[in-house]
Amino acid sequence: MEFREILRMAFGSLGVNKLRSFLTMSGISIGVFSVIGVMTAVSALRGSIETGLSVLGSNIFQISRNPTGFQTSGEARRRIEQRRNITLEQAQRYQQLLRDVTEVVCLKAFYRDGPVQASHGNRQTEPGLTFGGSNEHFLAANQYAIDLGRNFTAEDIDLARPFVILGQSVVRKLFPAESPLGKRVKLAGRTYEVIGTFAEKGSSFGQTQDEIVIVPVTRFLSDFGAARFSINLATQAPSQAVYNETLDRAITAMRIVRSLRAEQENDFEIYSNDSLIAAFAQIADVVRAGALVISAIALLAASVGIMNIMLVSVTERTKEIGIRKSVGARRRSILGQFLIEAVLLSVTGGVVGIILGVLTGNALAVWLQAEVVFPWGWAALGLVTCSFIGVAAGLYPALKAANLDPIESLRYE
Amino acid sequence: MVIRIEGVTKLYRMGAETIHALRGVNLEIRRNEYLAIMGPSGSGKSTLMNMLGCLDTPSAGRYDFNGKDVARMVDDELAEIRNREIGFVFQTFNLLPRSDALHNVELPLIYAGLSPAVRRERALVALRNVGLGDRIHHKPNEMSGGQRQRVAIARALVNHPSILLADEPTGNLDSRTGEEIMALFEDLYEQGHTIIVVTHEEDIARHARRVVRLRDGLIESDGPVP
Repeated sequence: MEFREILRMAFGSLGVNKLRSFLTMSGISIGVFSVIGVMTAVSALRGSIETGLSVLGSNIFQISRNPTGFQTSGEARRRIEQRRNITLEQAQRYQQLLRDVTEVVCLKAFYRDGPVQASHGNRQTEPGLTFGGSNEHFLAANQYAIDLGRNFTAEDIDLARPFVILGQSVVRKLFPAESPLGKRVKLAGRTYEVIGTFAEKGSSFGQTQDEIVIVPVTRFLSDFGAARFSINLATQAPSQAVYNETLDRAITAMRIVRSLRAEQENDFEIYSNDSLIAAFAQIADVVRAGALVISAIALLAASVGIMNIMLVSVTERTKEIGIRKSVGARRRSILGQFLIEAVLLSVTGGVVGIILGVLTGNALAVWLQAEVVFPWGWAALGLVTCSFIGVAAGLYPALKAANLDPIESLRYE
Repeated sequence: MVIRIEGVTKLYRMGAETIHALRGVNLEIRRNEYLAIMGPSGSGKSTLMNMLGCLDTPSAGRYDFNGKDVARMVDDELAEIRNREIGFVFQTFNLLPRSDALHNVELPLIYAGLSPAVRRERALVALRNVGLGDRIHHKPNEMSGGQRQRVAIARALVNHPSILLADEPTGNLDSRTGEEIMALFEDLYEQGHTIIVVTHEEDIARHARRVVRLRDGLIESDGPVP
């Protein structure tokens, strides 16, 4: 008997019990949805992290006193808390030691004493600006560009001039109808002269990057107390080829600057795009594993549901099976019919789950401003798994149907 | 000779008891015979019918169908014989309730592996032959008992079987409709079909040309209708 015919019959009988088919399928849909949704969101985020990791520019690594983000606890944490700040002197010494390898060392320190507002005349921004001190390499290290005016010069930094460069959001708020250049802006109680503006950068992971104001790091430290800040150092290797060499040199330089003896551990953290990606990947792996376990359990439950409904269906249709056998249906025709029904239930449920999962995952991705992706691999795996579940859950009921005695089943009422 | 049965017995085990449904039956049926099988309940009538219809195999003895030994066949071989050689008509019609007349009649052709176009063509002819050419898209519950039985007869004949095997074909019909169905059987017999009717009603058996009476698993009498 043709496969097409079996398929037609299977669709027909699933259509008879629409609610029941729908409920059975929804179990599979939920299982597939959870894994596809998570995988889509994770791939979308990872794609955007890998292509446009905007925290750091290319070939850049960063040195700081504390590790980023991921919390350690106990002994390790106490050791980190006891570390000395990286001072301006240390940072400048480091810069000097690396001078023959790279010029691009960006010093950064950020204001942390509460929300910062910028004001000019009677206009002011919302509180919550990113306010920091840096040097002329801030643009390269953080992938900003100048829109109006100019960047800092080495002289501005050396002389700790009270200049400021404004992000686009700040410009829009304070200078909606005039050029900001040369104007005075008040930040955290100090006054700075605007020498430039950053070009619009948009947002990354749901956070705008245009609510930012940067002043010379030297000025920043003298205005807000040098002892209270630890400086972050972003260093750009001249090329990918000498990246590792530069990194080695940087670690050596930093150890010298920090006066570490040979047996002492580094009392600073180094991270790069690679290490951020790796850290993300680590989290992503845990999330994925969790999603896999959850959906495996959901799918197991759903396959029990399919087997149950198929057993009910075989019993209900005993008479039909008898009729089919009496007009010449062979065992494999009946087996095929019920197996295909189970597979159809499962795969249809799977397809619905994949569609919902991809939509939801991508909605999340769009919300976090990551790129939309379609996880072909996971979708294919989902379909294969669903077919397998269909066969596994349908096999016993289908065998039961195929082995029914035609006389008994014709008599069944 | 379409059917030759020699020394056929059938045993059933019901718990500890063994029931001898058939105790050694000999029967020959030729092409274009019109035969009634009669007997009270428990006579082995149904068992013989199931055997003739290749739904069941004998415990011992020989059953040749068109020269092929059916007694030793496995399930799928029996299914093929049922598909090609036997047309069933049941007391309760046994149509697929959710399929229309056309699809019900096409069913044996589906399992015969014919293409959709050929199936449709032949099913339409079969339905027209039983006078239901204008009812092809009606479902069983949209038809009268007589119409349903006609659909069943069209289904039984659609694959040009060697025998038409009817089990109490008028049992669920009023007497007038029953007579219509028996008239249809008469037409079919005159067209050259081989018809076996299993019944307990003398009125029905009287339509046949030959009556076989069973009692306690044995053939009690076998002869022409008086």
